[in-house]
Amino acid sequence: MKAAVIVFPGSNRERDAVAALEAASGTKPHLVWHRDTELPKVDLILVPGGFSYGDYLRSGAMAAHSPIMREVKARADQGVRVLGICNGFQIITEAGLLPGALMRNAKLKFICRTVHLRVENTDSPFTAKYRKGQIVRYPVAHGDGNYWTDAETVKRLDGEGQVAFRYVSDEGDAAPRWNRNDWNPNGSLDNIAGIFNAKRTVLGLMPHPEDAVSAFHGNTDGKPMFDGLVEALS
Amino acid sequence: MTTAQQPAVSLEMAREFGLSEGEYNNALEILGRQPTYTELGIISVMWSEHCSYKSSKKWLMTLPTTGPQVICGPGENAGVVDAGDGDAIIFKMESHNHPSYIEPFQGAATGVGGILRDVFTMGARPIANMNALRFGAPEHPKTRHLVSGVVAGIAHYGNCVGVPTIGGETNFHPAYNGNILVNAMTVGVAKADRIFYSAAAGIGNPVVYVGSKTGRDGIHGATMASAEFSEDSEEKRPTVQVGDPFTEKLLIEACLELMETDAIVAIQDMGAAGLTSSSVEMAGKGGLGIELVLDDVPMREEGMTPYEIMLSESQERMLIILKPGREEVAKAIFDKWELDFAVIGTLTDTGKLVIKMHGQTWCDMPIAPVSNASPLYDRPWEPTPAAAELEDAVRALPADKSLGDILEKIMACPDQASKRWIWEQYDSLVNGDTRFMSGQADAGVVRLPGQSKGIAVTTDCTPRYCLADPVRGGAQAVAEAYRNLSAVGALPLAVTDNMNFGNPEKPRIMGQFVGAIQGMADACRALDFPVVSGNVSLYNETNGEAILPTPAIGAVGLLPDAMIAVGIAFKNEGDTILLVGEGTGHLGQSLYLREILGREEGPPPPVDLAVERRNGEFVRGLIAEGLVVSSHDIQDGGLLVTVAEMAMAGGIGANLSGLDGADAGTLFGEDQGRYVLAVRADKAAAVQEKAKAAGVPVSVLGKTNGTALTGRGGEAITIARLKAANEAWLPGYMAAAE
Repeated sequence: MKAAVIVFPGSNRERDAVAALEAASGTKPHLVWHRDTELPKVDLILVPGGFSYGDYLRSGAMAAHSPIMREVKARADQGVRVLGICNGFQIITEAGLLPGALMRNAKLKFICRTVHLRVENTDSPFTAKYRKGQIVRYPVAHGDGNYWTDAETVKRLDGEGQVAFRYVSDEGDAAPRWNRNDWNPNGSLDNIAGIFNAKRTVLGLMPHPEDAVSAFHGNTDGKPMFDGLVEALS
Repeated sequence: MTTAQQPAVSLEMAREFGLSEGEYNNALEILGRQPTYTELGIISVMWSEHCSYKSSKKWLMTLPTTGPQVICGPGENAGVVDAGDGDAIIFKMESHNHPSYIEPFQGAATGVGGILRDVFTMGARPIANMNALRFGAPEHPKTRHLVSGVVAGIAHYGNCVGVPTIGGETNFHPAYNGNILVNAMTVGVAKADRIFYSAAAGIGNPVVYVGSKTGRDGIHGATMASAEFSEDSEEKRPTVQVGDPFTEKLLIEACLELMETDAIVAIQDMGAAGLTSSSVEMAGKGGLGIELVLDDVPMREEGMTPYEIMLSESQERMLIILKPGREEVAKAIFDKWELDFAVIGTLTDTGKLVIKMHGQTWCDMPIAPVSNASPLYDRPWEPTPAAAELEDAVRALPADKSLGDILEKIMACPDQASKRWIWEQYDSLVNGDTRFMSGQADAGVVRLPGQSKGIAVTTDCTPRYCLADPVRGGAQAVAEAYRNLSAVGALPLAVTDNMNFGNPEKPRIMGQFVGAIQGMADACRALDFPVVSGNVSLYNETNGEAILPTPAIGAVGLLPDAMIAVGIAFKNEGDTILLVGEGTGHLGQSLYLREILGREEGPPPPVDLAVERRNGEFVRGLIAEGLVVSSHDIQDGGLLVTVAEMAMAGGIGANLSGLDGADAGTLFGEDQGRYVLAVRADKAAAVQEKAKAAGVPVSVLGKTNGTALTGRGGEAITIARLKAANEAWLPGYMAAAE
């Protein structure tokens, strides 16, 4: 699998992403600077976490208009897989690859902790290595992870299998809609942690699978995502 | 020289700028004339306590600063130690106390920004941040607002720049009601042969300004940090700087990229006293002169005067001396990162600081005579009288309280309660190199990028000990740092100190400073643990009330492989719990005495440095051999609190049969030099044999078991109960305001 990691001014989790991709694929991904206008031929584009443009204006809003994003959108239209993590989720959502918006956390504070997620749909190269309904642990580290969209869209996301991950309790309970329980770190609508586009070729999620891929991290729950991508895209 | 547009200088003005009459007369003598307004401003910051260390230098010189591991000791932007294989660790801790009290969010944020710059200035990529925070009494009306603002400020800056904040400490005490302490530490890694220093060289070489534009923020911040507070301190808010972590992140990447070329002669960040201290220090260290043309300084406000430009403390700026002809290479890098880049002067052979603007000369003064004449005081000091020993009867457990209630109360007190509410706001995982962060081990542990080698980082100080006995308290702070590094298995390398004290012009306060330094020096020598960098913050007083003496120690240790590091959590049922070291049941200045008996009395625990060293070496040896499952040093709260923390972290309880009939001294005494270890049951005998051979006292406390602390012939204290008490206090306290 060949991958590109897009770097914006203020990106800061690109090294984590590169390490996870390299460990899974054995190939170093291309680092692509945001002002570039062309992408190498790749099977996966990863938009990493961080504070692109300092989160000024609105998280992800300015990066979404960087020159390289036009090319990312064109490749996504051709079916190239796109993975947006944390700030990357915010950027690809602002760029229109995914519906909805990421708002300030309900408790208005940045939060870094390990959360439990339920894998809601395994019919994608991102999630194929998980079991449907499996409970996994990923860390979160964000201030603007409160997913919101209109009622009609959330119904469609749910109905069409576009919800990839939901925040759940350690025992796998999903809280009722609009719940702002402790296990949902940001108050997101319907406990949504990550969503696909309609074709499930684009995944955006707030938690960080790339920081849970080795014994060193004390957590390997993120590894199946990268292994699954390598298996499907090699 | 023209002095047009500059206000006339007088003794009265010099006093307003913080100079004494003697210092002003000295300036007249050196210059042989009246200084200009700009010159007076420059001299006053150069001679301020903050920049000159005039009260503290005599005593700082007595600290040990050398050792085979030291590459660069105090005097540069940060200290540098050898981590083997050509790697160097660069680190420093620095205070931002006064600004954080006046404007907690920006004060704390810019404190993080400043210490990061001190470290990457020297060529290091920052890989870990820590912080040591002291707030006033929780019931004080300002405390909640200060906690909220400081934590949010640290999070705002550290999270955005992408450096994990992996630990720290937080205390509450009424003595900090009017002067909180915000001490921030950064650790970075560089190649030992690619370290950048600040001494300018090469007459005619270009002086380059990079980073943010200069505004009017922070003018005379260094002077503010050199005076006591009074009721009207909030009027000083305009002197607090505003930070931009996004620009800092770009500056880190741009500087590190430039450092990969051979373009740099010297580099220094613009910290306290901004362009003044950076230009004067760089030229002064190189024995050269410097001429600056301020028209070329990137400015974000109209009509700034030379005085304002020279004294601005706008953030995220660096001064670089380039090799001749490398301007274009350097400019291309800063253009890529969309940062300002301007050649603003040249190095000269005159030994003078010359400042030009609008075609006029605003300052023309010799650097060395002014720097060398910066005052040095031997302030009178009084030793702190020894505290009376406690009566023996204090060791008996109170008859009217159960042990469960006592332990629960200590676990929930503000100093002991979980600080999760704080550290969950910090990104502790970015870079993917974090092995242990807050709450998991006695020290934070990260691996070096792309390597398995790890470093451990800790910050320590017990201010209540330092107040009762500054010498013992100073030694204890260093010993505890040594112990926290040893407890995770790391070899202690070196120390950075952040000396926070009251007004040094008062002999009682100066005596606390002198005592703490003496204790620290003894401990650093005995433990081969030299001081390689540091910072002094004096005048932490409001309306004559001083803070507790707080010599905060930051320290770094080395792990050959970060994976061998051991955390505090119990991991298996049936492991043997061992006590390494022995105590006398010392309750003086203990949390038990304060929280249960309501007394802040007695001497702090004695520190036997030979025992510290021997026990530390023993524990590190066991960890290196893979014999230790869980490890925690005994500190605040004593033995039972230590075991409770290990149980809470692992969700596994303990049967403490070895503590049958133990009194308060044994359970809650804060004797030093001790550790609690959990080892696999089949390895316990071997560990005890090794202890005997090493002459280290080791006793069996019991075994890991169930979901409660049991044994001792008393009630079972459940982990759930302790956890509830420990976790509830801080979020509950902070929520009360919302």
